[in-house]
Amino acid sequence: MDGVVQLQKQLVDYSASLFDEGILDEQFNQLQQLQDESNPDFVVEVVSLFFEDSERLLNELGKALEQQTVDFKKVDAHVHQLKGSSSSIGAQRVQKLCIGFRNYCEELNTEGCLKCLQQVKHEYSLVKTKLETLFKLERQLIAAGGSIPT
Amino acid sequence: MDGNFLVSRRMIDGFDVSSSDSDEAHVLAVDDSLVDRKVIERLLKISSFKVTAVDSGRRALQFLGLDEEKSASVGFDGLKVDLIITDYCMPGMTGYELLKKIKESSTFREIPVVIMSSENVLARIDRCLEEGAEDFIVKPVKLSDVKRLKDYMMREDGVGSENRGGINKRKLQDCCDLSSSEPSNSSSPSSSSSESPSRSPPSSSSPPSIPTPLDSPIRRLKMTTTDLID
Repeated sequence: MDGVVQLQKQLVDYSASLFDEGILDEQFNQLQQLQDESNPDFVVEVVSLFFEDSERLLNELGKALEQQTVDFKKVDAHVHQLKGSSSSIGAQRVQKLCIGFRNYCEELNTEGCLKCLQQVKHEYSLVKTKLETLFKLERQLIAAGGSIPT
Repeated sequence: MDGNFLVSRRMIDGFDVSSSDSDEAHVLAVDDSLVDRKVIERLLKISSFKVTAVDSGRRALQFLGLDEEKSASVGFDGLKVDLIITDYCMPGMTGYELLKKIKESSTFREIPVVIMSSENVLARIDRCLEEGAEDFIVKPVKLSDVKRLKDYMMREDGVGSENRGGINKRKLQDCCDLSSSEPSNSSSPSSSSSESPSRSPPSSSSPPSIPTPLDSPIRRLKMTTTDLID
Protein backbone atom coordinates (compact mmCIF):
# COMPACT_ATOMS: atom_id res chain seq x y z
CA MET A 1 0.00 0.00 0.00
CA ASP A 2 2.57 2.45 -1.15
CA GLY A 3 0.05 5.22 -1.64
CA VAL A 4 -1.10 5.05 1.93
CA VAL A 5 2.41 5.20 3.29
CA GLN A 6 3.13 8.19 1.15
CA LEU A 7 -0.02 9.96 2.22
CA GLN A 8 0.77 9.23 5.80
CA LYS A 9 4.22 10.68 5.47
CA GLN A 10 2.83 13.73 3.78
CA LEU A 11 0.42 14.23 6.63
CA VAL A 12 3.01 13.75 9.32
CA ASP A 13 5.41 16.15 7.65
CA TYR A 14 2.77 18.76 7.08
CA SER A 15 1.56 18.52 10.61
CA ALA A 16 5.10 18.80 11.96
CA SER A 17 5.69 21.92 9.91
CA LEU A 18 2.73 23.65 11.49
CA PHE A 19 4.19 23.07 14.90
CA ASP A 20 7.69 24.01 13.82
CA GLU A 21 6.46 27.27 12.40
CA GLY A 22 4.64 28.07 15.60
CA ILE A 23 1.28 28.17 13.90
CA LEU A 24 -0.01 25.47 16.18
CA ASP A 25 1.04 24.62 19.69
CA GLU A 26 0.73 21.81 22.21
CA GLN A 27 -2.93 22.50 22.82
CA PHE A 28 -3.72 21.23 19.35
CA ASN A 29 -2.12 17.95 20.33
CA GLN A 30 -4.37 17.87 23.35
CA LEU A 31 -7.38 18.15 21.11
CA GLN A 32 -6.17 15.32 18.94
CA GLN A 33 -5.89 13.14 22.00
CA LEU A 34 -9.54 13.76 22.69
CA GLN A 35 -10.51 12.26 19.38
CA ASP A 36 -11.26 8.58 19.14
CA GLU A 37 -13.57 6.09 17.47
CA SER A 38 -16.53 7.36 19.43
CA ASN A 39 -15.77 10.94 18.44
CA PRO A 40 -13.86 10.69 15.18
CA ASP A 41 -14.59 14.24 14.08
CA PHE A 42 -13.96 16.02 17.29
CA VAL A 43 -11.04 18.12 16.13
CA VAL A 44 -12.75 19.19 12.94
CA GLU A 45 -15.85 20.11 14.91
CA VAL A 46 -14.05 22.22 17.46
CA VAL A 47 -11.96 23.91 14.84
CA SER A 48 -15.08 24.68 12.81
CA LEU A 49 -16.57 26.34 15.84
CA PHE A 50 -13.38 28.30 16.19
CA PHE A 51 -13.59 29.46 12.59
CA GLU A 52 -17.17 30.63 12.98
CA ASP A 53 -16.49 32.31 16.26
CA SER A 54 -13.36 34.04 14.99
CA GLU A 55 -14.96 35.33 11.85
CA ARG A 56 -17.75 36.81 13.87
CA LEU A 57 -15.29 38.43 16.25
CA LEU A 58 -13.07 39.81 13.51
CA ASN A 59 -16.13 41.30 11.93
CA GLU A 60 -17.21 42.89 15.17
CA LEU A 61 -13.73 44.21 15.73
CA GLY A 62 -13.69 45.86 12.34
CA LYS A 63 -16.97 47.56 13.06
CA ALA A 64 -16.03 48.64 16.54
CA LEU A 65 -12.80 50.21 15.39
CA GLU A 66 -14.56 52.14 12.66
CA GLN A 67 -16.73 54.01 15.10
CA GLN A 68 -16.30 57.73 15.64
CA THR A 69 -15.70 57.08 19.27
CA VAL A 70 -14.14 53.72 19.74
CA ASP A 71 -15.47 51.71 22.63
CA PHE A 72 -12.23 50.15 23.76
CA LYS A 73 -13.92 48.08 26.41
CA LYS A 74 -15.92 46.42 23.74
CA VAL A 75 -12.92 45.95 21.52
CA ASP A 76 -11.00 44.48 24.40
CA ALA A 77 -13.83 42.10 25.20
CA HIS A 78 -13.83 40.79 21.65
CA VAL A 79 -10.08 40.38 21.60
CA HIS A 80 -10.22 38.61 24.93
CA GLN A 81 -12.68 36.14 23.45
CA LEU A 82 -10.56 35.61 20.41
CA LYS A 83 -7.50 35.11 22.53
CA GLY A 84 -9.36 32.54 24.57
CA SER A 85 -10.66 30.47 21.73
CA SER A 86 -7.42 30.54 19.77
CA SER A 87 -5.64 29.42 22.89
CA SER A 88 -8.10 26.58 23.36
CA ILE A 89 -7.42 25.12 19.96
CA GLY A 90 -3.73 25.83 19.86
CA ALA A 91 -3.67 28.61 17.28
CA GLN A 92 -0.57 30.06 18.83
CA ARG A 93 0.20 32.96 16.55
CA VAL A 94 -3.31 34.31 16.70
CA GLN A 95 -3.27 34.03 20.46
CA LYS A 96 0.01 35.86 20.79
CA LEU A 97 -1.14 38.71 18.60
CA CYS A 98 -4.19 39.11 20.77
CA ILE A 99 -2.00 39.82 23.73
CA GLY A 100 -0.44 42.80 22.00
CA PHE A 101 -3.82 43.83 20.75
CA ARG A 102 -5.16 44.04 24.26
CA ASN A 103 -2.28 46.27 25.24
CA TYR A 104 -3.25 48.74 22.56
CA CYS A 105 -6.80 48.64 23.86
CA GLU A 106 -5.58 49.49 27.28
CA GLU A 107 -3.68 52.41 25.84
CA LEU A 108 -6.77 53.51 23.94
CA ASN A 109 -4.67 53.44 20.81
CA THR A 110 -6.88 53.17 17.74
CA GLU A 111 -4.05 53.10 15.27
CA GLY A 112 -2.31 50.38 17.15
CA CYS A 113 -5.52 48.41 17.35
CA LEU A 114 -6.16 48.71 13.65
CA LYS A 115 -2.68 47.52 12.89
CA CYS A 116 -3.15 44.57 15.20
CA LEU A 117 -6.45 43.73 13.64
CA GLN A 118 -4.76 43.49 10.26
CA GLN A 119 -2.11 41.22 11.65
CA VAL A 120 -4.63 39.04 13.43
CA LYS A 121 -6.70 38.74 10.29
CA HIS A 122 -3.64 37.67 8.40
CA GLU A 123 -2.60 35.06 10.91
CA TYR A 124 -6.13 33.82 11.28
CA SER A 125 -6.39 33.41 7.56
CA LEU A 126 -3.16 31.51 7.55
CA VAL A 127 -4.08 29.10 10.33
CA LYS A 128 -7.43 28.53 8.71
CA THR A 129 -5.88 27.62 5.38
CA LYS A 130 -3.32 25.40 7.02
CA LEU A 131 -5.85 23.54 9.12
CA GLU A 132 -8.13 23.05 6.17
CA THR A 133 -5.23 21.57 4.29
CA LEU A 134 -4.40 19.36 7.22
CA PHE A 135 -7.94 18.07 7.39
CA LYS A 136 -7.96 17.48 3.67
CA LEU A 137 -4.82 15.39 3.92
CA GLU A 138 -6.41 13.40 6.72
CA ARG A 139 -9.49 12.76 4.63
CA GLN A 140 -7.37 11.64 1.71
CA LEU A 141 -5.45 9.28 3.90
CA ILE A 142 -8.58 7.75 5.32
CA ALA A 143 -10.15 7.48 1.90
CA ALA A 144 -7.10 5.59 0.71
CA GLY A 145 -7.60 3.14 3.51
CA GLY A 146 -5.03 4.47 5.89
CA SER A 147 -5.39 5.70 9.42
CA ILE A 148 -4.17 8.86 11.03
CA PRO A 149 -0.98 8.26 12.93
CA THR A 150 -1.24 9.32 16.55
CA MET B 1 -28.23 10.29 53.52
CA ASP B 2 -30.60 11.01 50.79
CA GLY B 3 -31.07 7.56 49.47
CA ASN B 4 -34.59 8.36 48.30
CA PHE B 5 -33.42 10.39 45.42
CA LEU B 6 -31.31 7.72 43.81
CA VAL B 7 -33.79 5.01 44.46
CA SER B 8 -36.64 6.90 42.87
CA ARG B 9 -34.56 7.71 39.86
CA ARG B 10 -33.61 4.16 39.28
CA MET B 11 -37.15 3.03 39.62
CA ILE B 12 -38.24 5.50 37.03
CA ASP B 13 -35.59 4.44 34.64
CA GLY B 14 -36.20 0.83 35.36
CA PHE B 15 -32.62 -0.16 35.99
CA ASP B 16 -31.70 0.20 32.37
CA VAL B 17 -28.88 2.12 30.74
CA SER B 18 -29.10 4.93 33.21
CA SER B 19 -28.25 2.71 36.09
CA SER B 20 -24.72 3.08 34.85
CA ASP B 21 -25.22 6.81 34.94
CA SER B 22 -25.23 6.87 38.66
CA ASP B 23 -21.68 5.59 38.69
CA GLU B 24 -20.39 8.57 36.85
CA ALA B 25 -19.94 11.84 38.59
CA HIS B 26 -21.91 14.68 37.11
CA VAL B 27 -20.15 17.91 36.33
CA LEU B 28 -21.82 21.20 35.56
CA ALA B 29 -19.55 23.17 33.26
CA VAL B 30 -20.08 26.90 32.81
CA ASP B 31 -18.40 28.88 30.04
CA ASP B 32 -19.63 31.58 27.71
CA SER B 33 -17.29 30.50 24.94
CA LEU B 34 -18.74 27.95 22.57
CA VAL B 35 -15.32 26.61 21.66
CA ASP B 36 -14.33 26.18 25.28
CA ARG B 37 -17.62 24.54 26.14
CA LYS B 38 -17.08 21.97 23.48
CA VAL B 39 -13.56 21.29 24.63
CA ILE B 40 -14.33 21.08 28.32
CA GLU B 41 -17.28 18.86 27.63
CA ARG B 42 -15.14 16.44 25.71
CA LEU B 43 -12.38 16.56 28.29
CA LEU B 44 -14.87 15.69 30.97
CA LYS B 45 -16.61 12.94 29.05
CA ILE B 46 -13.39 11.26 28.10
CA SER B 47 -12.51 11.31 31.78
CA SER B 48 -15.72 9.46 32.54
CA PHE B 49 -17.81 12.30 33.84
CA LYS B 50 -21.35 13.07 32.93
CA VAL B 51 -21.53 16.63 31.72
CA THR B 52 -24.01 19.42 31.51
CA ALA B 53 -22.56 22.49 29.83
CA VAL B 54 -24.22 25.88 30.13
CA ASP B 55 -23.24 29.23 28.76
CA SER B 56 -23.69 31.51 31.74
CA GLY B 57 -23.75 31.77 35.51
CA ARG B 58 -27.40 32.56 35.26
CA ARG B 59 -28.15 29.33 33.49
CA ALA B 60 -26.02 27.45 35.95
CA LEU B 61 -28.10 28.80 38.79
CA GLN B 62 -31.25 27.99 36.90
CA PHE B 63 -30.02 24.48 36.39
CA LEU B 64 -29.34 24.11 40.05
CA GLY B 65 -32.68 25.62 40.83
CA LEU B 66 -31.21 28.57 42.64
CA ASP B 67 -32.27 31.28 40.28
CA GLU B 68 -36.02 31.03 40.46
CA GLU B 69 -38.37 30.15 43.22
CA LYS B 70 -36.87 28.37 46.14
CA SER B 71 -38.78 25.17 45.60
CA ALA B 72 -37.10 24.86 42.24
CA SER B 73 -39.07 21.99 40.89
CA VAL B 74 -38.79 23.42 37.45
CA GLY B 75 -37.57 20.21 36.04
CA PHE B 76 -33.92 20.66 35.32
CA ASP B 77 -32.47 19.28 38.38
CA GLY B 78 -33.08 15.60 38.14
CA LEU B 79 -29.40 14.97 38.22
CA LYS B 80 -27.28 15.61 41.22
CA VAL B 81 -24.29 17.79 40.53
CA ASP B 82 -21.02 16.56 41.93
CA LEU B 83 -18.78 19.35 40.80
CA ILE B 84 -19.05 22.70 39.13
CA ILE B 85 -16.34 23.98 36.86
CA THR B 86 -16.71 27.53 35.69
CA ASP B 87 -14.91 30.11 33.65
CA TYR B 88 -14.00 33.24 35.51
CA CYS B 89 -14.50 35.92 32.87
CA MET B 90 -18.04 35.83 31.65
CA PRO B 91 -20.40 38.62 30.72
CA GLY B 92 -23.21 39.14 33.18
CA MET B 93 -22.26 37.01 36.11
CA THR B 94 -18.60 36.21 36.52
CA GLY B 95 -17.40 32.84 37.71
CA TYR B 96 -16.47 34.47 40.96
CA GLU B 97 -19.99 35.75 41.48
CA LEU B 98 -21.35 32.33 40.64
CA LEU B 99 -18.97 30.80 43.15
CA LYS B 100 -20.21 33.15 45.83
CA LYS B 101 -23.83 32.37 45.12
CA ILE B 102 -23.17 28.69 45.34
CA LYS B 103 -21.28 28.98 48.57
CA GLU B 104 -24.05 31.11 50.01
CA SER B 105 -26.58 28.43 49.32
CA SER B 106 -27.18 25.98 52.09
CA THR B 107 -28.21 23.38 49.56
CA PHE B 108 -25.30 23.67 47.23
CA ARG B 109 -22.43 25.03 49.20
CA GLU B 110 -20.93 21.60 49.60
CA ILE B 111 -20.51 21.14 45.88
CA PRO B 112 -16.88 21.66 44.96
CA VAL B 113 -16.33 24.53 42.56
CA VAL B 114 -13.34 24.86 40.30
CA ILE B 115 -12.53 28.08 38.50
CA MET B 116 -10.91 28.31 35.06
CA SER B 117 -9.26 31.40 33.72
CA SER B 118 -6.96 32.40 30.94
CA GLU B 119 -5.56 35.11 33.14
CA ASN B 120 -2.93 34.00 35.50
CA VAL B 121 -3.43 36.57 38.21
CA LEU B 122 -2.49 35.75 41.77
CA ALA B 123 -4.92 38.19 43.31
CA ARG B 124 -7.71 36.61 41.37
CA ILE B 125 -6.65 33.12 42.32
CA ASP B 126 -6.44 34.04 45.97
CA ARG B 127 -9.81 35.68 45.93
CA CYS B 128 -11.41 32.58 44.47
CA LEU B 129 -9.73 30.23 46.86
CA GLU B 130 -10.75 32.40 49.76
CA GLU B 131 -14.30 32.30 48.60
CA GLY B 132 -14.17 28.54 48.72
CA ALA B 133 -13.09 27.38 45.30
CA GLU B 134 -11.38 24.02 45.35
CA ASP B 135 -8.97 24.84 42.63
CA PHE B 136 -8.06 27.28 39.93
CA ILE B 137 -7.11 26.02 36.49
CA VAL B 138 -5.28 28.22 34.05
CA LYS B 139 -6.56 27.87 30.52
CA PRO B 140 -6.20 26.26 28.11
CA VAL B 141 -7.52 23.31 30.04
CA LYS B 142 -5.69 20.06 29.53
CA LEU B 143 -6.59 16.46 30.10
CA SER B 144 -4.31 16.31 33.11
CA ASP B 145 -6.21 19.21 34.69
CA VAL B 146 -9.48 17.40 34.30
CA LYS B 147 -8.17 14.14 35.64
CA ARG B 148 -7.27 15.90 38.85
CA LEU B 149 -10.89 16.87 39.32
CA LYS B 150 -11.64 13.43 40.61
CA ASP B 151 -9.85 14.42 43.77
CA TYR B 152 -12.49 16.99 44.50
CA MET B 153 -15.39 14.77 43.82
CA MET B 154 -18.23 14.38 46.13
CA ARG B 155 -19.58 11.03 45.21
CA GLU B 156 -21.91 10.13 48.00
CA ASP B 157 -25.62 10.44 47.62
CA GLY B 158 -27.54 13.10 49.29
CA VAL B 159 -24.75 15.58 49.74
CA GLY B 160 -26.36 17.75 47.15
CA SER B 161 -29.66 16.84 48.76
CA GLU B 162 -31.79 17.31 45.73
CA ASN B 163 -35.01 15.84 46.93
CA ARG B 164 -36.84 16.01 43.72
CA GLY B 165 -37.77 12.91 41.88
CA GLY B 166 -35.60 12.90 38.85
CA ILE B 167 -38.46 12.54 36.46
CA ASN B 168 -37.52 15.37 34.24
CA LYS B 169 -33.90 14.77 33.84
CA ARG B 170 -34.38 14.39 30.12
CA LYS B 171 -35.58 17.94 30.04
CA LEU B 172 -32.11 19.20 30.65
CA GLN B 173 -31.70 19.56 26.94
CA ASP B 174 -34.55 22.00 26.51
CA CYS B 175 -33.43 24.63 28.83
CA CYS B 176 -29.72 24.44 28.94
CA ASP B 177 -28.66 26.50 26.04
CA LEU B 178 -26.14 24.79 23.86
CA SER B 179 -25.82 21.95 26.25
CA SER B 180 -25.08 19.14 23.94
CA SER B 181 -24.40 16.66 26.63
CA GLU B 182 -27.29 14.38 27.24
CA PRO B 183 -27.28 12.90 30.65
CA SER B 184 -28.51 9.65 29.28
CA ASN B 185 -25.86 9.12 26.72
CA SER B 186 -23.56 6.23 27.12
CA SER B 187 -20.41 7.04 28.92
CA SER B 188 -17.60 7.47 26.49
CA PRO B 189 -15.20 4.60 26.16
CA SER B 190 -12.67 6.41 28.17
CA SER B 191 -9.75 4.40 29.40
CA SER B 192 -7.81 3.72 26.25
CA SER B 193 -7.50 7.22 25.00
CA SER B 194 -7.65 9.07 28.23
CA GLU B 195 -4.14 8.27 29.24
CA SER B 196 -2.36 11.32 27.97
CA PRO B 197 1.02 9.98 26.99
CA SER B 198 3.18 12.51 28.74
CA ARG B 199 2.90 14.79 25.76
CA SER B 200 2.14 17.77 27.79
CA PRO B 201 5.09 18.56 29.90
CA PRO B 202 4.05 19.95 33.22
CA SER B 203 4.51 23.46 31.95
CA SER B 204 3.32 24.60 35.28
CA SER B 205 6.58 24.03 37.00
CA SER B 206 6.23 25.60 40.37
CA PRO B 207 7.23 29.22 40.34
CA PRO B 208 9.94 30.12 42.74
CA SER B 209 9.01 30.92 46.29
CA ILE B 210 5.48 32.13 46.15
CA PRO B 211 4.43 32.09 49.73
CA THR B 212 1.08 30.41 49.82
CA PRO B 213 -0.39 27.76 52.01
CA LEU B 214 -2.23 26.09 49.22
CA ASP B 215 -0.03 24.02 47.07
CA SER B 216 -2.12 22.53 44.32
CA PRO B 217 -3.41 25.46 42.31
CA ILE B 218 -0.10 27.19 42.39
CA ARG B 219 1.59 24.21 40.87
CA ARG B 220 -0.54 24.73 37.87
CA LEU B 221 0.31 28.32 37.33
CA LYS B 222 1.78 28.86 33.96
CA MET B 223 4.16 31.70 34.07
CA THR B 224 3.76 33.55 30.87
CA THR B 225 4.56 37.06 29.85
CA THR B 226 0.98 37.99 30.56
CA ASP B 227 1.62 37.25 34.15
CA LEU B 228 0.04 39.69 36.52
CA ILE B 229 -1.61 41.72 33.83
CA ASP B 230 -5.11 42.56 34.81
